Amino acid sequence: MKVSMERSTLLRAVSQAQSVVERRNTIPILANVLIEAEGDTVAFRATDLDIEVLDRAAAMVERAGGTTVSAVTLHEIVRKLPDGAQVVLAEDTTAGRLTVTAGRSNFSLATLPKEDFPVMASSEYASNFSAKAGVLRRLFDKSKFAISTEETRYYLNGVYMHVADGEDGRALRCVATDGHRLARIDAELLSGAEDMPGVIVPRKTVGELRKLLDDDDADIAVSVSETKVRFATSDITLTSKVIDGTFPDYTRVIPSGNTRKLEVDAGDFAKAVDRVATVSSERSRAVKLQLDEDRLVLSVNAPDSGNAEEEIAVAYGDEPLEIGFNAKYLLEIASQVDRENAVFLFNSAGDPTLMREGSDTSAVYVVMPMRV
Amino acid sequence: MPSLCRDCLTEFETGPRCPACGRPRIVAHDELWDLSIAHMDCDAFYASVEKRDNPELADKPVIIGGGRRGVVSTACYVARIRGVRSAMPMFKALKLCPEAVIIKPRMQVYAEVSRAIRAMMEDLTPSIEPLSLDEAFLDLTGTARLHGHPPAVMLARLVKRMHTELGVTGSIGLSHNKFLAKIASDLDKPNGFAVIGKTETQDFLRPKPVRMIWGVGGAGQEALERAGIRTFEDLLRWDRRDLHHRFGSMGERLWHLARGEDTRRVTRDAAPKSISNETTFADDIDDPELLDGHLWRMCEKVADRAKAKGLAGRVVTLKLKQADFKLLTRRQSLPDATQYADRIYRMARGLFDREPQGRAYRLIGAGISDLVPGSMADRVPDMLDPQAETRARAERATDTIRARFGEDAILKGRSLR
Repeated sequence: MKVSMERSTLLRAVSQAQSVVERRNTIPILANVLIEAEGDTVAFRATDLDIEVLDRAAAMVERAGGTTVSAVTLHEIVRKLPDGAQVVLAEDTTAGRLTVTAGRSNFSLATLPKEDFPVMASSEYASNFSAKAGVLRRLFDKSKFAISTEETRYYLNGVYMHVADGEDGRALRCVATDGHRLARIDAELLSGAEDMPGVIVPRKTVGELRKLLDDDDADIAVSVSETKVRFATSDITLTSKVIDGTFPDYTRVIPSGNTRKLEVDAGDFAKAVDRVATVSSERSRAVKLQLDEDRLVLSVNAPDSGNAEEEIAVAYGDEPLEIGFNAKYLLEIASQVDRENAVFLFNSAGDPTLMREGSDTSAVYVVMPMRV
Repeated sequence: MPSLCRDCLTEFETGPRCPACGRPRIVAHDELWDLSIAHMDCDAFYASVEKRDNPELADKPVIIGGGRRGVVSTACYVARIRGVRSAMPMFKALKLCPEAVIIKPRMQVYAEVSRAIRAMMEDLTPSIEPLSLDEAFLDLTGTARLHGHPPAVMLARLVKRMHTELGVTGSIGLSHNKFLAKIASDLDKPNGFAVIGKTETQDFLRPKPVRMIWGVGGAGQEALERAGIRTFEDLLRWDRRDLHHRFGSMGERLWHLARGEDTRRVTRDAAPKSISNETTFADDIDDPELLDGHLWRMCEKVADRAKAKGLAGRVVTLKLKQADFKLLTRRQSLPDATQYADRIYRMARGLFDREPQGRAYRLIGAGISDLVPGSMADRVPDMLDPQAETRARAERATDTIRARFGEDAILKGRSLR
């Protein structure tokens, strides 16, 4: 194999690969990226056995072929090369090396045979549809903060993507929860997605997917089966196993009878929460909300370090309420609001609270109060 | 050179024998009147207490420890001559010393003696840091005017009192920081008094193996050895940044220790870092039901202690030792700290279920760490587990009943497995 390509094209392909590769590997070849050249493209493939990323880039292929080298090392080399450099990757089969040449820089990297590289088995996808990157970005960005890190409840370690009955008919829905907070984000059901099986997309896949979604209008081809999910742009294909488990029935967690309504500017609210929380050094800082006629008093009382209080003007017309929350949870949900006021719907100090943006029910958050 | 008779506590200037009582148990050191950080370590504490309470045992090898599968918790000096060491499996100890008298530990008695020793230490200084029932750091800095004698004298008096009033002996290490005091107490055991002064610190440490450092266990020692570090001399050759780079914060500490520097203070009643319980089985167990029963009891004990101390943990740890002695520890952090046996158990059980099933284990244990005050525990209910609140209420009710009618007044069926 011998190929020549522009440094920035190579860097993009290799950085995607190296981020999938696990840092601590017991199987040496899993640290490598598989490079295959044919026609006028080079394909870079990397895997951690759960996720596989395949990136095709245009290149001048002098000699077709393929090999594998350390993804991290190759990435570091390409990253440090000067911008605009032309990079030549050439395989020296007799020495078992890959030489990387750019200008006067020469590198020779150890390789492992491409035959040993585990390529993820292809599978039949039950459902194929096309979605705009902007739509997918909203679905995953707004839900991923609620993904659980509790490995014993592995079925919560991802975003549950499925088809559900939304407020305005059938919807493509993403849900994530850790038992303390929950995010439920709906998008228009796209044609081809109607019969999609519900899948739990793992946290790491959500992170990798994000890199494909920067361009709002790009079309992403989504394929879903019971065991796998695939997202593809014209250059990059991300294939991932899904979490083998049953996502809990989240619908019973979302309160429907909460009537006490608070409306507040999300930015002001978040800043105030952040300010009062400063006095407490604990990790799970409790913020108390005291609600009265159009008045919200936020307070933190940390016996060891001090206390803080701030009042903000809000719209609230129900009977007075005192309720506590983990400051971090409040900040996270408040930061999801980007267009309108945040609307909180409370029941009692012990019941889950619902939050949404204005009257928009396509993004709903639930947060469990904290005893203060 | 400042000298002290350890028998009559006379302070004098140099001499092979005490000018007052004529006995030869002398400590002499240039800095003897200046050093004030001490480590007191009882000699074969549990065994000494047993021998005190049963004089017939005086010349016999005595091992304190539990069961055929247990380990030696203390061996008396007679047994130590035969090669018996603490933490050695009992069967091995018995092979080395078949005629040993094995005594099950009577923790309550030891705790009582320990309290008495503690009271004697309180007469010396308020700065006491107990490490266990039988050892403690003492900081006597600035007490000389109060007592009218330098720290060395007061410490010699302490061990003398322990011997006459309680019938146990202890060894004193006196130096200028905790690290060296701890090393010193081990130099002259049993019934010893060793001093490491500032001037000789470097020369003293240089040829010594780094495994002397408290906290450097088998794994740490191996890591150091891979880096070519066996002695403090080797350690001194390392650049501070390189050590930090290779060993992280431990590297930083090693750099200072190599120079005999240790700035840790003697802190009274340092808060515990974790609470755990474990049990070694008489025979390996592979029955998941039986293991489950043990796991529950361990979790219940952990929760009991956490509640008693008003603490809660943010991390739950499961510990398993396989039949081949391979140790597995699995941990999981919780979003909300807990002190409930139910939550600790469910988390530990979740970790257990992730291990291959059907394996035989010789030990099971559970613990919590990353501790916070109990008032900050269990504050955010789990939406996905609405029953948890009911179980928590049941546990609180159970605790009330047990507090009034005794530990066994009410039990979970699970604990009878």
